[in-house]
Amino acid sequence: MEDQKQIEAFEAKIASGVKIEPKDWMPEAYRKQLIRMMSQHAHSEIVGMLPEGNWITRAPSLRRKAILLAKVQDEAGHGLYLYSATETLGIDRTELLEQLHTGKAKYSSIFNYPTLTWADIGAIGWLVDGAAIMNQTALARGSYGPYSRAMVRICKEESFHNRQGYEIMMHLAQGTPEQKAMAQDALNRWWWPAIMMLGPSDDQSPNSDQLMRWKVKMESNDAIRQRFIDRTVPQADFIGLSLPDKDLKFDETTGHYTHGPINWDEFFEVIKGNGPCNAKRLKARSDADKKGRWVRDAALAYAEKKKLKAA
Amino acid sequence: MNLQEAKFQYLLRLGDSNLIIGHRLSEWCGAGPILEEDIALINIALDFVGNATALLTYAAEVEGKGRTEDDLAFLRGEREFRNLLMTEQPNGDYAATIARQFLYDVYTFYLYEALKSSKDETIAALAVKSHKEITYHLRHTTEWMYRLGNGTEESHERMQTALNDLWMFTNEFFDMDEVDALLIKEGVAADLEKIRTQWETRVKEVIAEATLQIPTTNFKQKGSREGKHSEHLGFLLAEMQSVHRSFPGAQW
Amino acid sequence: MSQDSQWPVWEVFVQANPGIPHKHVGNVHATDAEMAIQNARDVYTRRSEGISIWVVPANAISASSPEDQGSFFEPSNDKPYRHPTFYKIPEGVKYL
Ligand SMILES: [Fe+2]
Ligand SMILES: [Fe+2]
Ligand SMILES: [Fe+2]
Repeated sequence: MEDQKQIEAFEAKIASGVKIEPKDWMPEAYRKQLIRMMSQHAHSEIVGMLPEGNWITRAPSLRRKAILLAKVQDEAGHGLYLYSATETLGIDRTELLEQLHTGKAKYSSIFNYPTLTWADIGAIGWLVDGAAIMNQTALARGSYGPYSRAMVRICKEESFHNRQGYEIMMHLAQGTPEQKAMAQDALNRWWWPAIMMLGPSDDQSPNSDQLMRWKVKMESNDAIRQRFIDRTVPQADFIGLSLPDKDLKFDETTGHYTHGPINWDEFFEVIKGNGPCNAKRLKARSDADKKGRWVRDAALAYAEKKKLKAA
Repeated sequence: MNLQEAKFQYLLRLGDSNLIIGHRLSEWCGAGPILEEDIALINIALDFVGNATALLTYAAEVEGKGRTEDDLAFLRGEREFRNLLMTEQPNGDYAATIARQFLYDVYTFYLYEALKSSKDETIAALAVKSHKEITYHLRHTTEWMYRLGNGTEESHERMQTALNDLWMFTNEFFDMDEVDALLIKEGVAADLEKIRTQWETRVKEVIAEATLQIPTTNFKQKGSREGKHSEHLGFLLAEMQSVHRSFPGAQW
Repeated sequence: MSQDSQWPVWEVFVQANPGIPHKHVGNVHATDAEMAIQNARDVYTRRSEGISIWVVPANAISASSPEDQGSFFEPSNDKPYRHPTFYKIPEGVKYL
């Protein structure tokens, strides 16, 4: 049994805005929840490299190629920061990756959708990174020191992702009719998945209260979703693209947009592994891991030999 | 052939090689042996793409026909590309990628060092910037040569195989024709015979330190100077140029 | 065959500008110091965030524990005379 006093002191600390650091006492449930969330986030960053990586070799200009490479590299960096932060909770990366490869750990549903045209690269940067930023700026205020610091670093890098995506869409929307059609098609396919990636509605996500009190979760999914929609709709209007939701309208009294029903069945199907690319993404990650094994072994063996020689 | 034509050809050789090897490296994205190495490889690929962009921009300017760097990258066919055969070779396993990079890095390390004193100011300035990047690339690939050569039996074998397979493309690095002759005379280009000596010395040192053998193959492949490539390049370009070519005249 | 491994962890410290201390920025996995430095460079200085890097094997770092906080750090709370603001210097006295 965890000492009630310890829990009270822990909660008081969080309430007063002090960060929890790796060696501090923390309830087991807090540690477990963080490992789950942070590793999911880390996995999302590296699985997220795949749909965009899919278009690096086909980027239509040298400038776009360089930008996309830099963007995808940032995502790898984010994965790395987040694995690092997760490791401070006493679990190592080898184990975390094993959880990913065996399907035990989850990652963001959004990356199980395919990137079918170049415009998808624009849509991802604009919508997916845009939604992620909403979520991550909230998480940067969270209570666990290493996670919150990783988030601060990540948020600084994310705004370029968001902008380059929007810029791609803008060029396409203002381009030839074929380009504009490609942009609209991408927006049609990515809008709902982007809305859903912010997680199930509040009435469907259990034990939110404790997580909020512990500042593991900072805001409800619905609140973040609303902010994302409110900010994104005018951006779409500005470049003359329309959102695939006939119920979407601005509510003068609340100052917010209201939207049509979200297809949560699709969301839960994708989470369960039945999205269009679940199997492909997992296989790509685990193949890379398997193919890299002899390389990792060789580097370790060489370091050992050098150490022996020096001794 | 006049100076302008020679310069254009020379810039295509430099620019295309960087573009194509950068493309190959970018294929590793998300598939590297460990996350840190994924990040390192993308860094190097980015340097190559940046470099190629600068060189092709200048090439287009020298040509003076109103083409842009993107026209050169995305609208030329296989027979018009001037990249070294080495740079288009497929990634293979990690040993093949590292071996290809290492052999090319040593070459460009000395080549760009020499180009720093090119009488063409733009080339000289580009060389100064590139040489810093190449110095880092070479440090990275050299360490990996040691690791894979000395690491495990498996890595040693894979690395030796990679060297053996790629060796036939190294001789072409030092081929010179009328383009080189004219530009060397004008103080614009580097004498590749000198680079060959430096390249051989460094490559031998590293291969010895990595407990590997210099391949003994007598095969020598060449042709890129005249746009005669291996079969790999056509597929690479088909992929690289597909979007750009599908939307003629579009802006991105 | 041995266990699969993501390699040992190295803590990374980056100096952002000349004359200021190196600051902890995170960690990387690497098999040796040279690799750790290169990886740190690629991961933590992609946007020219630094001019110098230190790497330290994570297991070589010893840290004080949270329980020590009281006995380690609180005693100095009642020694304000260690801080220059403790002393009242008449106005007009310069260079002190
Ligand atoms: Fe990210
Ligand atoms: Fe991002
Ligand atoms: Fe993210």
